[in-house]
This record gives sequence, C-alpha cells and structure tokens, in this order.
Amino acid sequence: MEEKVVFARPSLLTDAPFHYCPGCTHGIVHRLIAEVLGELNVSRENVIGIAPVGCAVFAYDYFDCDMTEAAHGRAPAVATGIKRVHPDKVVFSYQGDGDLACIGAAETIHAAARNENITIIFINNGIFGMTGGQMAPTTLLGQYSTTCQDGRDPVLNGYPVHVCEMLSQLKGPQYIERVSTHDAANVLKAKKAIKKAFQYQLEGKGFSMIEVLVACPTNWKMTPVKALEHIKNEVIPYFPLGVYKDRG
Amino acid sequence: MKERVLMKGNEAIAEAAVRGGCRFFAGYPITPQNEIPEYLSKRLPEVGGSFIQSESEVSAINMIYGASCAGARAMTSSSSPGISLKQEGLSYIACGQLPCVVINMVRGGPGLGTIYPGQADYFQAVKGGGHGDYKLFVYTPATVQEAVDITYKSFEMADKYRIPVLILGDGTIGQMMEPVVLPEMKDPATFPEKKWALTGCKGRERNIINTLDMNPERLEAITDRLFDVYEQIRENETEYENYMCDDAETVIVAYGIVSRVAKSAVNILREQGKKVGLFRPITVSPYPDKALSAIADLPNVKKFLVAELSKGQMVEDVRLIVNGRKPVEFYGRTGGFVINTEELISVVEGGKR
Repeated sequence: MEEKVVFARPSLLTDAPFHYCPGCTHGIVHRLIAEVLGELNVSRENVIGIAPVGCAVFAYDYFDCDMTEAAHGRAPAVATGIKRVHPDKVVFSYQGDGDLACIGAAETIHAAARNENITIIFINNGIFGMTGGQMAPTTLLGQYSTTCQDGRDPVLNGYPVHVCEMLSQLKGPQYIERVSTHDAANVLKAKKAIKKAFQYQLEGKGFSMIEVLVACPTNWKMTPVKALEHIKNEVIPYFPLGVYKDRG
Repeated sequence: MKERVLMKGNEAIAEAAVRGGCRFFAGYPITPQNEIPEYLSKRLPEVGGSFIQSESEVSAINMIYGASCAGARAMTSSSSPGISLKQEGLSYIACGQLPCVVINMVRGGPGLGTIYPGQADYFQAVKGGGHGDYKLFVYTPATVQEAVDITYKSFEMADKYRIPVLILGDGTIGQMMEPVVLPEMKDPATFPEKKWALTGCKGRERNIINTLDMNPERLEAITDRLFDVYEQIRENETEYENYMCDDAETVIVAYGIVSRVAKSAVNILREQGKKVGLFRPITVSPYPDKALSAIADLPNVKKFLVAELSKGQMVEDVRLIVNGRKPVEFYGRTGGFVINTEELISVVEGGKR
C-alpha cells in the first residue's frame, strides 16, 4: 500500500519541542507563521524574526531562520533597524500584550505610523504569562490577576487597551486584523490573516499587524477547554474579531 | 595636501561617520547635538543609507541594535538626558557583542540640567551605565579634528572588537567650529564579512543574537568573554597625550574641553618657569592606566590635579591608579561653567579652590 504524507512539520520550524504550557495556543500561532511563509515560497534565508520578552522569549529556538531577541517592548524598533538594512528580507516580530501594548506601546504606534514594511504578530492572552500572571494592558474588567486579586477594577486599574482599534486610526498601517485561536474554524481564519499580512510585506505595501487571541490556561487558572470557551464567551465580546484596517 | 575645511564639531562628526562607513542612524532631537541628526538626515540617503528620527531615545538605541544585528555600521547620538534613556539598549548591545557608535555631547546635569557643556556623565560612560556587567569602549575628543579622527576610527574598533564605542564629547566640542581635514570615504562593500550577523541564513546554519541564557556556565562564559575583549582593548588601543609630564612637579589630568584649557595653563606656567604638565587620557574606558602609573612613579612629580566639569568623577579613577603614591587634588565646576585658564592657573598655584 502506498503511504502518503498528509501532515508534516513546516520546514521553517525547527524540531525543538515547544516549551509552552499545556493548552496554550502560542504553538499553533508559531506553526501558522511557518506554514504561511512556506506557502508564500519564502525560504528560510529570506526571513529574519524578532522574539520578544515574555512567554515567547525563546521563539528563536523554534524558527529555522536568522533570529534575534529584543529588549522588552522594543521589537518594532529592532525590526525597523533590521528591515532598513535588509529591505529584501521578510522581517517579523512576535510579541505578547505586555511587550507590545504596555512597555512597547510607543514603538508599536510609531512603527505603524512610519508604515515600516514589517509584520507584527501580536499575541493577546490578557495576562503577563512568563512572570506569573500579573495584570496586562489587555486584562479584562473583573478578571483576576496576581496584581488585581479582586478582579480588574477600572477605578483602580484603568481600562483594557484595544490595540487594533487604536492603530486603525493612524494613516500609516496597511493591514490590521484581530483573529482568534479558540476553535479550528478561527485558527484557519487566523492563518488566512497572517498569510495576507506577509503577502502585503512581500508586495512592499508596508506595516501589518495581526492580533491573535490566545489562551493562557495556566494563569487564567482554567482547564485548556475552559480557557478556549473563555476566549469565545468573554474575550471576543470585549475584543471583537475582524479587519480593522485594510488599505488593499 | 588635503583640503582643510571649517566645520562645526557636530557636522564634522556626522560627515566622518559617513566616511567611516556608517549607513544607519537613528536619533531623537536634543541640544547640543542636533546638528548630527540634521546633517545625517540629508547625507545618509545620498550614500544609500537610512536615517530615522525615532519616537524616543529608547527606540533609537534599539533601532541601532537591529541595524547592527543586520550587519550595518550604525550610529546614534544624543546628549546627557537622552543617553540616560539609552542605557537599557546599551546593556543589550554590549551583551549581544554588537558593534555600534554612540555619541554623547555631554551637557550639565543632573535632571534636565542645562544645554551648556558638562563632564558629569563620566561615571555613566565608564562604569557601565546600564544594568549588568559590561564596559563600553570610550573615547574623549578634545578638538574637532580629533572628534573626526576618533569617529572615523570608532567604526573600525567597534567591528574589530564587537563592542559599542561611546564618544564622550561635550557641548563645546559639538558646537564650536574648527578647521578639519576629513578622511577618505570608505566603501562598505570592502568591509570584512560579519559571519555572526543576521543577513538571511543562505547556505548556513541560522544565526541567533540574543542576550538571554538561563544556563549559568554559558552566561558566565559570555560575561567573561566581554571582559577578555575589554582587556585586549586595554592592551592594544588605550590612548593618551603626555604633555610635558616627564619633568613636571604638578601634573594636571584633564580630558575633552578642559584639557585644552589645561594645556593653555601649562604653556603659560611653563613660560614662568613653573614645572607643570598635562596628562590627557584620550580613551577613558579602558583608561590608560599604565601610562599614568608610570608618571606617578616619576620622582619629580609631586602631585596631581584633576580638573573636570563635574563634582569629581574621573578623579576617582586617577586616585585608584596613583594609589596613594602622590597626592591627587581635584578642581571642578558644574552648572554649565567651563573652567577658564586664569582660574585653573590660580588653582595650580594654590589659590582658588
């Protein structure tokens, strides 16, 4: 009987096992990036990636391309420096919500305003994961974290930051979309968005950012299944999915 | 003979950077160094380079991190409060062994301070500045010509040793005009290949530039390597000027703009038959410690006088090197004052303190 390969590791991923917690969907997003770049015929020598500070700090272990790891929040500035030197390479940064929406908010906004021809994959899980579950700029109102133990109170802790909505007000960025990873259908939509973002970069159009809603069962203190349901029932109503900007 | 042109310090440094192969600059406006980004905003695109006016000092230094990762000769410039903001990035750049050049046209501080000259960023420049164990390679130009020559050379040094080079100027060096001879234009295509850089991993294993290592043996080895390189620089590259120290009784130690005032004072005092010399470090990190130590051993040398535009920073290094063999006195001004010749002569003669 002839055997046919129906599922394989994308060539842009190394064979290092992911260090992420059970039920975390970072691994899915890593795979989507590798898959779409493969489908776009972007070979390993034409990609340079930037890892953040946060749970994905070791992302450089997983992508088989030149990689660096930026200081907390500074990935869009580092990506800018790399892309200006190598405009022919696909440059992407992979950043969490603490990194991108908090300490790196200025770098994010201005890379978008300059329309740097880079792609940012923005992982929103509403919590500081690596440091143990502190409040993030995207922590929902009422949500528990180790630094808002009675739930996020807007009087004490302010309101969550809507990054896609904010960036879409700028003239610079080309393509901004929020997607989710809570079920198979949405993972496929996420893949489509990430592919389009890289396609725009390849066409020289400019800045793209895909915000991906990701589960953090460990710090949300939920089972993996509950965490996915939480995205659907609680996170998406507050952070609606969809295309926020597409200059075509 | 090469053409001499009259140029402002900041613009001369910017042109020297371009001629030294700098093809990427990011910076943020702050006085008294604005002529550097202004000049480069026009000049870099002419040679196929990139200029970015960044959203912050923090972003600027991280753009330099990126451009250096990518293999380019990269530079940023600022002045004291802005350099404080760059310290995080400098720590990462040092740990990542990324070559780059950083200009600090020092102004008086602390806080927002003043836009007039100062030398109170010495500690920040030579003792680390940012977090963790690392050292910068620090030059202190005293003339516009020397600033040009040092800037040009700094890109070579940064690449050779894979270390960030800081040029510790001051508001005077940046703002004054002097005649300079500019060096030849280098072609970046002729620079040695940086095998460690992120250039796209065609036909090779991927390169990873990071500053995180949770393995204590490996991280200690990285830290040791940084300091081994620093010792190589101390051995090979420290520079200084010994101006009439060999028969001096009093040796003034000064750098940058103060060293020029000191040289005038030495000349006047020598005309009066007084045996005064000047020791001028050109690199202050690593410090030319062997040369200064040899002067401290001279029997004719009775004392040192360190003069700075600070409350006393370099004097600590001089005292460590002299190590009690001779008295080390200190005279400093702050607030944006530059010590003048008469004032310094009065101090040498035991007057004003």
